[in-house]
Amino acid sequence: MSTAANTNGTTPAAAAKPNPAAAVATWADERLGIATATKKQIRKVFPDHWSFMLGEIALWSFVILLLTGVFLTLWFKPSMGEVVYNGSYDQLRGIPMSEAYESTLHISFDVRAGLLMRQMHHWAAMLFIAAMLVHMMRVFLTGAFRKPRELNWVIGGVLILLGILEGFAGYSLPDDLLSGTGLRIADGLVKATPVLGSYMSFFMFGGEFPGDVIIPRLYIAHVLLIPGLLLALIAAHMLLLVYHKHTQWPGPGRTEENVVGYPMMPVYAAKAGGFFFIVFGTVALMGGLMTINPVWRFGPYNPSEVTAGSQPDWYMGIAEGLLRIMPGWETHIFGITLSWNIFLPGQVAPIALLMVVLAYPFIEQWVTGDKREHHLLQRPRNAPTRTAFLAAMISVYGLLWAAGGNDILATQFHLDLNTITYFMRGAIFVIPPLVFILTKRWCISLQRHDNDMLLHGYESGVIMRDAVGGYSEKHLPLSPDHAYTLTARERDEVYAGISGPDANGVPAKKLKLDGLRAKASQAWFATNVQKPTVEELEEGHHHAELEHEHDAPLEGHAADGHQFDGRHDVADESLRPSH
Amino acid sequence: MRLLTRKISARLSARRRSRFAAPAVLIVGLLASGGLYAALAPANADNSTDDAATIAKGRALFAVSCSSCHGLNAEGILTEKGGNYGPSLIGVGAAAVDFQVGTGRMPMAQPGSQAARKRPVFNDDEVAALAAYVASLGPGPAIPTKAETDTSDLSNEEMVQGGEFFRTNCTACHNFAGKGGALPKGKQAPPLTGVSAKHLIEAMLTGPQQMPVFSDGVLSMKDKREIVAYLKKNEDSPDYGGFSLGGIGPVSEGMFAWLVGIGGLVGAGIWITSQTARIKKKGNAA
Repeated sequence: MSTAANTNGTTPAAAAKPNPAAAVATWADERLGIATATKKQIRKVFPDHWSFMLGEIALWSFVILLLTGVFLTLWFKPSMGEVVYNGSYDQLRGIPMSEAYESTLHISFDVRAGLLMRQMHHWAAMLFIAAMLVHMMRVFLTGAFRKPRELNWVIGGVLILLGILEGFAGYSLPDDLLSGTGLRIADGLVKATPVLGSYMSFFMFGGEFPGDVIIPRLYIAHVLLIPGLLLALIAAHMLLLVYHKHTQWPGPGRTEENVVGYPMMPVYAAKAGGFFFIVFGTVALMGGLMTINPVWRFGPYNPSEVTAGSQPDWYMGIAEGLLRIMPGWETHIFGITLSWNIFLPGQVAPIALLMVVLAYPFIEQWVTGDKREHHLLQRPRNAPTRTAFLAAMISVYGLLWAAGGNDILATQFHLDLNTITYFMRGAIFVIPPLVFILTKRWCISLQRHDNDMLLHGYESGVIMRDAVGGYSEKHLPLSPDHAYTLTARERDEVYAGISGPDANGVPAKKLKLDGLRAKASQAWFATNVQKPTVEELEEGHHHAELEHEHDAPLEGHAADGHQFDGRHDVADESLRPSH
Repeated sequence: MRLLTRKISARLSARRRSRFAAPAVLIVGLLASGGLYAALAPANADNSTDDAATIAKGRALFAVSCSSCHGLNAEGILTEKGGNYGPSLIGVGAAAVDFQVGTGRMPMAQPGSQAARKRPVFNDDEVAALAAYVASLGPGPAIPTKAETDTSDLSNEEMVQGGEFFRTNCTACHNFAGKGGALPKGKQAPPLTGVSAKHLIEAMLTGPQQMPVFSDGVLSMKDKREIVAYLKKNEDSPDYGGFSLGGIGPVSEGMFAWLVGIGGLVGAGIWITSQTARIKKKGNAA
């Protein structure tokens, strides 16, 4: 009996033997029409690859954030009203503090599983943003942001921004020394706005910092406004994913027109559902075993105090690093101080970074002139300039990260704080270009290697000695599947630009911009290695045939290893037959 | 009453030109100031180790182990540029010696940005002898007594108060959990965990290396003991949240989020996508 689903008719499949579950399902379906509505979706096919699971980590982390967050709201009091702590943590008993901090301590020490929930919430937040970032890197490296997915890329970029803002708001809510210090930096960033800074700060804090309204305001942003936006955008992100269909790696049978993989029901639903439990288990283990943000050690926020090791959570680390290595430049003009030392790293740089991220698909499209739809992914090596750009950006990110933890580096590795800072000031300009060049050459080498394999076969590891005594390694032809996969990519075309007026004598518009585009295209593509042509491949095969003929007289002789030439069945062969 | 004082003052006034008047006033003044000094002066000028034999032993040790930098008579040695090769130790007090030598910072292994804590070179008797010798050179803070380092009599409120002092005066350099922090030019505020109460109080009294002096006028001896009580309480408390990850704040948390969290979950993703669905194929089961 065939196991294929027999459901292409108008009625859902029915089990041969009636059972109670089916009866319930039928009852519901007759009233709600679930089967008809979902019939198509549950057969939706998703391709399988580990790198497609990265976004799913973010999704499941978000679900955990919602679950644990709801738990925390049951006890958290978003108020800056002053109370005296009388809970069970000895080291702070009797100290006046805000209700927000007091209730955080209460959750940590006096609510059953409260500390576990707090720590799970915080770890899940760290993972949420980290997973979004690695997911974005995957999409970037494989060219999955190309048409028709540019808008989904933009949505993803906004999701990361919102995730970071949400994380920062959450970091600020407990009103401990660390969150207050973070808010003080935020206050400084706002105040660095030329002319309007102090007004904006007063507006934000309802008066002079810290005031008594910022915690309730951040709370409503943290539990309602931003999660609502996140939820809506995640829904849009996933609807577009379903609408566009998932991208897939090229290979035999996989084209721009189809998706090869497993259907949603039962395989992919089981995998995704199982993965949720893996993510949940990991977060629960981390929350149970690893301290995160021990607010009780920081003490209540007091603007006159600060602690060594004051750092933001990792996702704000690059902003912290920029602030730390920026020289103290200021301009005094007409009685106004322009704080470039804060304005540039704190306001201009993050906005510029965000703009580059959001605009990237459109910039690349303009350079390459590629406006076709793409559903097959690119291997990173086949887009050397893009891959190198990301590697350079990762190096900037890593350097700024390190700069943000310069004091921790100094204490843990016994280094000089000042030297780290001076080094970073130079390194963020010197190292990324080197990384770019290195990565681009690396990609091109890998492309060459692919071509070598296509034309001359792969290295078999079998060393042959010829009659003269010379040694050579036997190269064997690739399997057709592998060869197909390697060649399933397009040839890059360098855009030449418009030269002078067209055939009708009409002068070209925007000649300057066009020239720029031609130059960019040259830089983008010119050094790439293109896949072999049909003639080259046939030449390569012909060469292999000749070699085979050359080896033919050895057939049946004791020349060890020649049987591994890809033309014999070697299932039971071994290199050193026992005598 | 007023009549009486007027009477006395009239009588004193009548004798103010007596030839015993001036010496008498002088004697009264000297007695008063001396007595007041004795009553109010810091007790550290007096120390219990000033017995001649101990001082002599300390001096001999000093000549062998310390004098190459601090000078034969602890007067200090200047560099050619006028900097301190080894500072003068006259007036640093027994507490400074007990801290520096007792925690192994002195003698220094090699010149550097800062003397690092290491295994002490001298035993307790030798440290005491060195302290007695340096204390004999000039008055300075004495080694705190047992009573001054004992925190068992402090109440919970006083320990909490110590926490407030700690957050106000200490965390900026030593970090919220006393795990230490970075200072400019390769210097560091060392970790405070695993340091004895005596050494903690001596550090506050004498301000070793980069640390400012927290004299008794700034933080009284009781305040210092409260800080110590807070630190010891933290050391005795369990890590409520699990592994402390170094207690150095969000940097190590971020590292673990990436290495353990993302690393582990990517691994799980690789595993789950490598599991193929068990679809029956013709003949052989996959």
